[in-house]
Amino acid sequence: MEAGALSNPVLRARRNRIDRIGDPLLRGLSGLAAALAVAVIAGIVYEVTHLAWPAITHFGIGFITTNDWNPVTERYGAAPFIYGTVVTSGIALLLAAPLSVAISIYLTELAPNRVRRPVATLVDMLAAIPSVILGLWGILVLGPFMHDTVEPALKSAFGFLPIFSGDPSAFGYLTAAMILTIMITPIVTSVTREVFETVPGELKEGSYALGATRWEMVRQVVLPYSRAGIVGATILGLGRAIGEAIAVAQVIGGATGINISLFHTGSTMAAQIAAQFQGAPGALQKPSLAYLGLILLAFSVIVNLIARLIVQRGTLKDTDITPTEVEAL
Amino acid sequence: MSNHALLLDRGNLKRRNRVNRAVEVVSTVAALLAVAVLLIVVGSVVSKGIGALSIHFLTTPAGLFGDTSGGISNAIAGTAIIVGLAALMAIPVGLLVAIFTSEFASDRVAHPVRFVLDLLNGVPTIVTGIFVYGLIVVPQKHQSGYAGAVALAIVMLPIVARTAQEVLALVPGTLKEAAYALGIARWRTLLRVTLPTAAGGLLTGALLAVARVAGETAPLILVCSIFGQGVLTEPSEALSSIPVFIFQSSESPSPEAHTQAWAAALILIAFVLVLNVVARAFYSRSRKRMGA
Repeated sequence: MEAGALSNPVLRARRNRIDRIGDPLLRGLSGLAAALAVAVIAGIVYEVTHLAWPAITHFGIGFITTNDWNPVTERYGAAPFIYGTVVTSGIALLLAAPLSVAISIYLTELAPNRVRRPVATLVDMLAAIPSVILGLWGILVLGPFMHDTVEPALKSAFGFLPIFSGDPSAFGYLTAAMILTIMITPIVTSVTREVFETVPGELKEGSYALGATRWEMVRQVVLPYSRAGIVGATILGLGRAIGEAIAVAQVIGGATGINISLFHTGSTMAAQIAAQFQGAPGALQKPSLAYLGLILLAFSVIVNLIARLIVQRGTLKDTDITPTEVEAL
Repeated sequence: MSNHALLLDRGNLKRRNRVNRAVEVVSTVAALLAVAVLLIVVGSVVSKGIGALSIHFLTTPAGLFGDTSGGISNAIAGTAIIVGLAALMAIPVGLLVAIFTSEFASDRVAHPVRFVLDLLNGVPTIVTGIFVYGLIVVPQKHQSGYAGAVALAIVMLPIVARTAQEVLALVPGTLKEAAYALGIARWRTLLRVTLPTAAGGLLTGALLAVARVAGETAPLILVCSIFGQGVLTEPSEALSSIPVFIFQSSESPSPEAHTQAWAAALILIAFVLVLNVVARAFYSRSRKRMGA
C-alpha cells in the first residue's frame, strides 16, 4: 500500500530523494530527445550539402537551369527534373484540390450518419497504401489504361494542345500525375474535412434560415470560413507530391529531358534520385544527385513554410493543419 | 460573405435547386470515386497476388536475379528486423519528445520543437535516404540493415512524436492536478497517471507509424538494397525487405516477376491495413476512456 509506505519516515525520505532525481532526469532525457530531433534536421541539411559539394562547386547555381543529364560527358543539370516535379505535382494538385473539397462536402454535409464514418475511414485507408504498391499498380494496371483509353481520348478531344500531342504512352508525366493525385487526395481530404467540421453550426443554420440551398450555404459559409485551411491542406498535399520518389520512379519512364507533351516520359527530382543513386558510377553523378536532393529539400521546406504562413494568417490560427495520422480517426 | 446574393436569387428557385442538386451529385460521385479507387487497387492486388501466394512463397528466400522460383522469406525477415529496430529507436525518442513539449517545455520552447517536427515530417523520405547514406553507408563503405533502420526511424520520429503530443494533450488536466495535489512528483504522475491514461492513443500512434514505414521504400533503395542470398538476419549486413522486393520485381520485364511482386504486395497491404484497423480500434477505445 502506497499510503502505508509513505507513513514510514525512512521510505518517505527515500522517495523524496528519488523524486529529487526523477524530475530533472525525465526533464533532461526528454529535452535531449527534443534536441536530437533538432539535430536530425540540421544533420540532414549538413550531410546532403556535404555530399553535394563537389557538384555545387563544379556546376554552381547554373545547375538549376541546365537542361542536360549526361553521365558520359559528366554534365548534369536539374532543369528536366524540376520541370517534371512541377508539372506532375501541379497536375496532381489541380485534380486533388477540387476532389478533396467535393469529398469533404459529401462527408460533412451530405452523407447519412451511418455512411459517413465508413466512407471517411475508407478514404483514409487510401492514404495508408504504400507508395511502392501504388507504383506497381500504376505500372501494370493504370499505365495500360492510360495508354489505351485516357490518353487517346484526351488526344482526340484536345490534340491541338501541345501538352496532349504525341503518342499515348503507359509511362509518362500524366500517369505519374494520376498516381500522385491518388496519393494526395486522401491526405488533403482528411485535413479539409476537419476544417469543415470546425465551421460553427450557427453560421450554417443562419444561412439555411435565410433560405439558402445546401450548396449556397456551403459556398457562402463553409468555403469562405475554411479558405485558409483548404489552401493550407492543399499545399501540404503538394509537399507530399513533390517528395514522392518511388511511385513516380515506377511510372514516369525515366527520360532525362524536358518534354511539353504530358504523354511523354520524363522524371522528377525525387524519382531521379531513387532511380540512379544506387548505381551512379560517374565521379560527379552521386554529388549531382545529392545536389538534386538539396534542391528538393529546399522545395519541400518552402512549401511547408508557405502552408504554415497561410494557415496562421487565416482565421484558423488554432487549427493544426499538419495531418498527423491520428487526427483523421 | 455576400448574403445579398440570396435575396437576389430568390426568384429563381428552380435553377438554384438544380445547381444544388448538381453539386450534391458531384460531391457524392467524388466520394464514391475515392472509395472505388481504393477498392480497385486493393482488388487488383488481391486478385493478381492470391494465385502466387503459397507456403512455399512465404518460406523460401528469393532466388538469384531473374530466378522467380523462390519466395520472400528473406524479405519478410529483413522487413521485420529493419522495422523492428526502427521502432525501437523512434518510439521511445518520439514519446520523450512529446513528453518534453507537453509536460516540461514552455510555449516558447515547445513551439519551435513542434515546428521542427513538422519540417522533419515534410522532408522527402528519399532525402532522408541520402542523409543516412552519407551518415552511415559512406563511413562503413557498405549498406546495412542498421542504416535502413536509422532511415526508417527518422521517418517514424515526427509521426510518433506528433501523435503522442496530441494524445497527451487529451489527458484530462484534472487527473494530473489530482496527483499533484496529493504531493506526487511530476515524473511519478507522468508514469503512473498520464501515460497509463493515454496508453491506448500512444499505442495507436506507434502502430500507425509502424504501418507507415513498413511500406517505405525510397530510403531503403539508397541504404539497404544490395544484399546477399538466403535468409539474412544480421543487421550489420544489408537485408532484403518486402518493399524493395516489390520495387525490384516491378521494374523487371518478366510477367513471373510481376506475379511475385503482386503476391508480396498482398502480404504488405494486408499487414498495413490490419495495423491501421487495429490502431483505429485502440484509438476510439482510448478516446472514450479519456472522455474525449
